[in-house]
Amino acid sequence: MDKITVENMNLHYGDFHALKNVNLNMGEKEITAFIGPSGCGKSTLLKSLNRMNDLVPGCKIDGKICLDGEDIYDKKMDVNRLRKRVGMVFQKPNPFPMSIYDNIAYGPRTHGVRNKAKLDEIVERSLRQAAIWDEVKDRLKKSALGISGGQQQRLCIARALAVEPEVLLMDEPTSALDPISTSKIEDLAIELKKDYTIVIVTHNMQQAARIADKTAFFLLGQMIEYGNTEKMFSMPEDPRTEDYITGRFG
Amino acid sequence: MKSNYIRETVMKVIFFIAACASIFAVILICVFLFANGIPAMGEIGFFKFLLGTEWRPSNDIYGILPMILGSIYVTAGAIVIGVPIALLTAIFLAYFCPKKIYKFCKSGINLMAGIPSVVYGFFGLVLMVPMIKSIFNIRSGSTMLTAAILLAIMVLPTIVGVTEASLESVPQSYYEGALALGATHSQSVFFTMVPAAKSGIVTGVVLGIGRVIGETMAVIMVAGNQAVMPEGLLSGVRTMTANIVLEMGYASGLHREALIATGVVLFVFILIINLIVAALKKGAIQHGD
Repeated sequence: MDKITVENMNLHYGDFHALKNVNLNMGEKEITAFIGPSGCGKSTLLKSLNRMNDLVPGCKIDGKICLDGEDIYDKKMDVNRLRKRVGMVFQKPNPFPMSIYDNIAYGPRTHGVRNKAKLDEIVERSLRQAAIWDEVKDRLKKSALGISGGQQQRLCIARALAVEPEVLLMDEPTSALDPISTSKIEDLAIELKKDYTIVIVTHNMQQAARIADKTAFFLLGQMIEYGNTEKMFSMPEDPRTEDYITGRFG
Repeated sequence: MKSNYIRETVMKVIFFIAACASIFAVILICVFLFANGIPAMGEIGFFKFLLGTEWRPSNDIYGILPMILGSIYVTAGAIVIGVPIALLTAIFLAYFCPKKIYKFCKSGINLMAGIPSVVYGFFGLVLMVPMIKSIFNIRSGSTMLTAAILLAIMVLPTIVGVTEASLESVPQSYYEGALALGATHSQSVFFTMVPAAKSGIVTGVVLGIGRVIGETMAVIMVAGNQAVMPEGLLSGVRTMTANIVLEMGYASGLHREALIATGVVLFVFILIINLIVAALKKGAIQHGD
């Protein structure tokens, strides 16, 4: 079952052709990883999936991106509702400068949840899902800026989960973290796969190999190869993929 | 080698003297104020001076409570009226203003900061005083309300400038984080960016208070200046600054010293405000990342 489909998609930043004719289907409750060298367009594609690229001036998209068969670039699409359904975790942890509790409650409050008991329940559930509840349950009212970088990133995942998204986009979520925090986030991603469709951009090929069901390899704005992760890392079809995953460039 | 050393030393001395000049001025002002003002407070009686409700120099009665309250009321009024306008203006400039009109708005506000206060006063005297008089149907339009409105206008550039700068220093990643949760542009701005800039905004407001409380010329021209306990929004008031400037010309002896002592009180007010600003800035540095 495909959750997100990308058809004949081209993306321009002004005159720069950043993504060239991309076709890709991402399965429901699977982890799809985008790999490739810097500047290959993988983050750009990720940000197109919840229309965060709308913020970039001069960004133009042709082709079609569908979520459950619905074109997300259609005029009738409510962008805020789309972003509620397609959550995002950024490269650098970006907790808001408020308490841990308020960080998690931010999304639900934005979408109209006012009931204190309901909010308490969402906060606890989200923090548990992000495997950080036990570490922060005694300091929910303390500033979110006071916890470690790895904890902040899991807090951001919890914050994204609090609005009950269907898809979770992760843009190099571990590149600013130490190895122990990284492995926690990877375990978490595998755990979350049961309930969510996950798309992750990563620089770290081992990470893709460890957690992703499917992997897409990008180079200079083109998708070179896409398929089951195991197969791609053992028998890549394209010589360029092989060069990259064996570390000959990138 | 030797000439280099001499040049360095000479430069150092010049810089040091330049730095000393401003410090020296501040110290001189403090010494002058306190040396002339404190004895008068002693002579009049410290509490009689601060809490006395009557100011009658001809009878040697010097109570400045009416002026202290006058300053506080006018300042409070200006802040109540000015802060919401200034905050919304700064938020508009930082997040909602179309690029095409931004420059126009921004230079307009900068220009406001450059207008001499006597011009504001004149504007208030000619336009606002008659307007207040006819709107409320009162004998004189020179009231606390008039002064508060005029000062609210005058304080806009200070608060808008500081607030806008602090809004713009909030990391863009907060904004993106809020959008990614499905918040709209205005929700992201009001519930994420503005709270994140809180300490900068408070600093702007406190700086604004300092600016208002020290304002003299414009206030004199619209406030009525009666040296009596303020009775309400539509009665005249005299601020501490007005008190000094109105009577300095002809005062002598204890009267003159009482005016200087008024300056001491004003100075202490400003000092407290500066300390608050410094404390807020320190807090902002510790919280920010």
